[in-house]
Amino acid sequence: MEDVQLMDAIERYLRNEMSPEERAHFEQLRQSNPDIDQLVVEHTMFLQQMDQFSEWKNFRSTLQDVHHQLTDEGEIKEGAPKATVVSLLRKYKKVMAVAASIAGITTVLIAGGVSWYTRQASNAELQQLRREFKIEVANKKNEVLDEVNAKMSKAPQNAELISGGTGFLIDGKGFLVTNAHVIKGGSTFVVQSNKGQEFRAQTAYVNYNSDIAILKINDNDWKPHTILPYSFRKGNSELGEPLFTLGFPREEIVYNEGYMSAKTGYNGDTLTCQIGVPANPGNSGGPVFNKNGEVIGIINTRLRQAEGVVFALTAKNIIRTLETIKREDSTFKSLKLPANTQIKGMDRVQQIKKIEDCVFMVKSY
Amino acid sequence: MKTDPREIALLEGLAKNDRQAIETIYKQHYNMVQSLIINNSGSVDDARDIFQEAMIVLYEKARSGSFELNCLLKTYLYSVCRRLWLKRLQQQQKMVPDINGLEDLIPVEEEIDQHGQRSSAYQMMEKAMMNLGEPCRSLIDAFYLQKKSMTDIASFFGYTNADNAKNQKYKCLMRLKKLFFSAYKNNNNL
Repeated sequence: MEDVQLMDAIERYLRNEMSPEERAHFEQLRQSNPDIDQLVVEHTMFLQQMDQFSEWKNFRSTLQDVHHQLTDEGEIKEGAPKATVVSLLRKYKKVMAVAASIAGITTVLIAGGVSWYTRQASNAELQQLRREFKIEVANKKNEVLDEVNAKMSKAPQNAELISGGTGFLIDGKGFLVTNAHVIKGGSTFVVQSNKGQEFRAQTAYVNYNSDIAILKINDNDWKPHTILPYSFRKGNSELGEPLFTLGFPREEIVYNEGYMSAKTGYNGDTLTCQIGVPANPGNSGGPVFNKNGEVIGIINTRLRQAEGVVFALTAKNIIRTLETIKREDSTFKSLKLPANTQIKGMDRVQQIKKIEDCVFMVKSY
Repeated sequence: MKTDPREIALLEGLAKNDRQAIETIYKQHYNMVQSLIINNSGSVDDARDIFQEAMIVLYEKARSGSFELNCLLKTYLYSVCRRLWLKRLQQQQKMVPDINGLEDLIPVEEEIDQHGQRSSAYQMMEKAMMNLGEPCRSLIDAFYLQKKSMTDIASFFGYTNADNAKNQKYKCLMRLKKLFFSAYKNNNNL
């Protein structure tokens, strides 16, 4: 009988149904008697379990309910028609495999025969043909381009293209960062988006020692971006971290991926880092992203005598430079680096779609 | 990536066991999961089980308060269902084919382990309740799950007064605890 009262007391205690005096009395009892204390602890756990169990049960019955209701209403359909195709596929897997391999062998034999008969003559000729073809196309393309350029291009008349590279937005208002060596020797700069639209730009800051340059787009056609998809990585990057780059080694934007190879650059330079990403002339000034879409660096050089050794200015270095010039130069007062990456967790294709509008080809005349 | 505010609202609704929210999620994602399961040697019933289990995972997560959905709800549910289904196939010791479709988009291993532990505790409780027999089961259900008062219970079950009902409930509770804790301990020892 006593046990019943004790359990009743414990339950009232746990439900806060006791009067203050009774509660104080019970707490004292709990302290003096470890058995009772143990019972309270055990029962608390049990009640929690019961509560969770009850919620779980309710939720499950709601789910079942919803399922039946939606099936009745025809909102969801049980069974998928695809299954038959799949089972057919399974059934005839072997037959299909045999048929496919016969077809494969025949193809290889025919291809082998053809190439054996034509082998002697092919090599030199083929290459020649290809070269001519290429030149022809290039010539034609140039004619058209010249015509269009004369009307459309924002490049200065009769000026020669000195060098080119890549740049990317660091502020939606039109501030781009690139390498100083990309714009070295030029007097007029044009940046071109992946869609081919050109914008006139002016240098806002150049530092050949750190190889950082900032361009400001100064063009009536320019529409500011309200928000940039990527941000700058403030901390250090880890070795082996997967990376990707976007740049303009060609007339078209090119994606590449790789990894963080070393935390320092050439000769132990701590302002740069080494990355294992293929890079070619034109990639200079291009952003290097980690998988979250944070800029971890800017590609600037590669080792001539070694394959696949590319160096990038670290994001930290860039942030520091920007902070310094913001303090010293009032034209940069309004410059604000993007705070958060908007593309974390997206798959790569989506990420690139968001980023590519913010990466530009930089042409220096 | 910012989570869609509509999906945040859905999760909040889900945490409150709001039927509207459950219906919306169900409508939007059930067919995707069903074709995943059926195309990977499962049945319609398997699809329903797996989807509902994934909903419970989501429900538990949403209730925990610390949950941040850093991807689309669709991606999350897909990843959870895919994991759950792989696990079930392994348990049935069926040949595990490469599950078709996209690879695991987000890691959900931890969630599913936690969920597995919780759900086995619930199943033990359910079994203990089943083994309890009548009238104990209804009495416990009324008091602990439906949270009815002792006087209501006394009149409903035909006890002469609340104290009598209390005595009966006490006996039932002790039996339930014994059943539950012995199963719990056995399971933990295994």
